[in-house]
Amino acid sequence: MKPPPFRYLRPSTLEEALAMLAAEEDAKPLAGGQSLLPALNMRLVRPSALVDVNRVVGLDDVGTRDGSLAVGALARQADARLRRHPLLAEALPHVGHAATRNRGTVGGSLAHADASAELPLCLVLLGGAVRARSARGEREIPASNFFLGPFTTALAADELVLESTWPLEEDTGYAFEELAPRHGDYAFAAAAAAVRGDEVRVAVGAVVPRPTLLEVDPENPGASAAAQVEPWATVHASAAYLRNLVRVLVERAVARARERAAA
Amino acid sequence: MIVVDVTVNGRRYREEVEDRLLLSDFLRGRLGLTGTHVGCEHGVCGACTVLYEGAAARSCLLLAAQADGAEIVTVEGLARDGRLTPLQEAFHRRHALQCGFCTPGILLAATDFLARTPQPTRAEIEDLLSGHLCRCTGYTPIVDAIAEAAAAQAGAEGAGA
Repeated sequence: MKPPPFRYLRPSTLEEALAMLAAEEDAKPLAGGQSLLPALNMRLVRPSALVDVNRVVGLDDVGTRDGSLAVGALARQADARLRRHPLLAEALPHVGHAATRNRGTVGGSLAHADASAELPLCLVLLGGAVRARSARGEREIPASNFFLGPFTTALAADELVLESTWPLEEDTGYAFEELAPRHGDYAFAAAAAAVRGDEVRVAVGAVVPRPTLLEVDPENPGASAAAQVEPWATVHASAAYLRNLVRVLVERAVARARERAAA
Repeated sequence: MIVVDVTVNGRRYREEVEDRLLLSDFLRGRLGLTGTHVGCEHGVCGACTVLYEGAAARSCLLLAAQADGAEIVTVEGLARDGRLTPLQEAFHRRHALQCGFCTPGILLAATDFLARTPQPTRAEIEDLLSGHLCRCTGYTPIVDAIAEAAAAQAGAEGAGA
């Protein structure tokens, strides 16, 4: 299908973009558009205006700050600099396809907050944060408070993601696991793990309404994670299958993260 | 309405477009470049893939208005002076297409892929093709053709070195 009518606005500065988002009721920022354009084409959303932020300068920096990878909202998912973080290096190939990663942005994926998306899951596991600004001011939102539910975040309608921070701890092994019907499709289930010494951290996605940290038994991470989720059956998979999948993916992710922590 | 100034296959166009016009429809309907095919219009089938600013992108997930100032290559821009690219020749030799609907998108995606991945494994090629639906070939000849083009490219570079 084709998008419903909207006004296309193209600010060249951040201030201009924020003013447009504040002034225009039902405006939506357009970044990579790899989720927004499908939603428009299917007429699932009807914004009055799109504020195309692709020409706003300085929003795509990637650098290291205070032990974290600081990623500008407009950094594309294909950006090689993101792979400096070992968890992102492992998760990013699962994000859509090469052609969608060339356009899709990190900030856009976080703001879209699909329950099965890889980047939100990684941000929650790492305990990262999102920095957002509106004409009213700037704030930092920890990942644990950012994702509220499927396609729902703590962002206000006039707020724009500026940056996300991805903590990178020393002596820590990271791993990401996911199963999708075809590579690049929406995940049935996904798991991310970080291991440092005896400490094991696990987060799961797709089988929960938002990416969720789980307290797992370090001796038995898969089974203890599976016991904590209540997957809903889909046309593709039964709840029992998905629960077992969580067990397998968490077990694999923790095992690999552990090997890397020891290496 | 918005005026876009865009370079497609080396030729510059200046056109006034509706805000909501998709780049895929602009290329096909306005510029007459119907080699870019439109399948699903939500980024899944890959048929509309073009090179946008040098990188493969779905033209159904871009607005024509966004493309102001951009450089785009469509399947019509691959061959030079009537000579197919080595990738296109490999598709021909390996019979990597039947109906041809998916072919333009795959050619553009694979052109970008081979530029970034000079010596791909078969698994990497299959991974690339997960972003492209082909209902005729069963994919095997497409993987063969891309592998052959990669080998030819590596050989040519080796010979030149």
